[in-house]
Amino acid sequence: MRLLIGTLFTLLVAAIVGLGTTYSALTHGVAFGALNIGSWTAWPKSGTTDIDPYAQAAIARMGRLPVALGDGVEFLARSDDQGRPLDGRCDITLSGTTPAARYWTLSLYTPRGGLVANSVNRYGFTSQEIVRRANGSFQITIAPRASPGNWLPTGGIERYVLMLRLYDTPVGVSTKEGREVPLPALTVRSCP
Amino acid sequence: MIRWTLFLLGGVLLGGIVHLGTVFILPLTATQDAYSRLTATVPLDKVVALPLPTPEKAAMPFMDPAFASTVCRYDLAQGPIKLTVPVNSAYTSVSFYTNRDIAYYAINDRAAGGRAIELDLMTAEQHSQLPEDEEITAADRLIVESPSPTGLIVIRALALSPEMMPMAEKAIVTAQCTKVAAPNPSD
Repeated sequence: MRLLIGTLFTLLVAAIVGLGTTYSALTHGVAFGALNIGSWTAWPKSGTTDIDPYAQAAIARMGRLPVALGDGVEFLARSDDQGRPLDGRCDITLSGTTPAARYWTLSLYTPRGGLVANSVNRYGFTSQEIVRRANGSFQITIAPRASPGNWLPTGGIERYVLMLRLYDTPVGVSTKEGREVPLPALTVRSCP
Repeated sequence: MIRWTLFLLGGVLLGGIVHLGTVFILPLTATQDAYSRLTATVPLDKVVALPLPTPEKAAMPFMDPAFASTVCRYDLAQGPIKLTVPVNSAYTSVSFYTNRDIAYYAINDRAAGGRAIELDLMTAEQHSQLPEDEEITAADRLIVESPSPTGLIVIRALALSPEMMPMAEKAIVTAQCTKVAAPNPSD
C-alpha cells in the first residue's frame, strides 16, 4: 500500500515538474544561442535547420513561421533599457542607429503577436519611412497619443512588444554582441 | 522520511524526462502550427496570396505588416517543383519551410541577381536522379533540396510605405509554383 501511494506520488511530482517546466519554457521563450543587445534579443539559429528543440516547440505552439536566416534576422524587445516591460500608456523613445542591412522594419505587436488597432492604421515603420537627423540616426516616439516626427501608436494597450527585422543583413549566427551591431535604445520619457 | 525523499527525487528525475519528451514531441503533434493551419486553407502546388495582417485577423502571429506575402504548399512525391518569382519590388524574398515549420533555405532578389528568382525544388533523391549530361549546367540552374517531401514556400515583397502595398501585392501574385513531370528512374 505504501509503495502504491509512493509510486502515485512520484508520478504526480513527475507530471507537475515535467509539464510545468515545459509550459514555462515555452511561454517565456527559452531558446539557446540568443543574441542579446540592449533590450533586444535575436535567435538567429531559429531561422536555420540548426534550430533548437525549445525554439521549435515554441514556434509550433504559437503557430508562426520564423524569419529564415537568408532572408533576415528579427530582434524582439519586451522591455525598455531599464528592464521595465513596455507599457502602451507611456511615451517611449526609440533612438539610435541600426546595424547594416538593406532594409529594416519595426513593428509593434501584442505579446501574442497581433497587430494593435489605432486611429492612423499604422503598425510599424520601414527604414525608408523614417525621418532622420543629419547624421543618419533617428528617433521614433512610441506613444498612445499623436506626436510630431516619427510616431508609432500603441493604442494605449497595457503590454506590447517590438520587433525589429533586418533584411539582407550580415548579422547572423556568427554575430557577437558588440559595437558592430548597434541597436536603438528604448527609454521611457513619461508615464501617466 | 528517507523513503519519501527518494519518491520525491524519483518524481523530479522522471519530471525531467517528461519535460524533454514533451518539448521534443510537441512540434510533431502540434495541430495549430503554421503548416497545419495553412494545410486547411491553401491548395497544393498553387501560389496563394495571404491576406495582409490586421488587428482583427492574421494568417499567423507576428507577420510583418510591411510585407505582401504569398504561399505555395508543396508535395514533392509526384515530382519536383519549378518556382518562378518576378522581382519588381524594393525587396523580394523566398523562404522555404519544412512541414515542421523549420526554415531550411531562403534567397532574396539580390542574391538571385536578375529580373526573376527561378529555381527547382526537389528532394535529395530526385536530385541524385537528375541526368548528369543535361544541357543546362548546374550553374545556370538553382536547385534547392527539400529535407521533407512536403512543406511551404513563402514569397514576400516589401512595400516601403503603405501606398506601395498594392504594387507589392501585384508583383508577387504572378509567382508560379508548378509541378514538373517526375523524372523516370528507368531512363
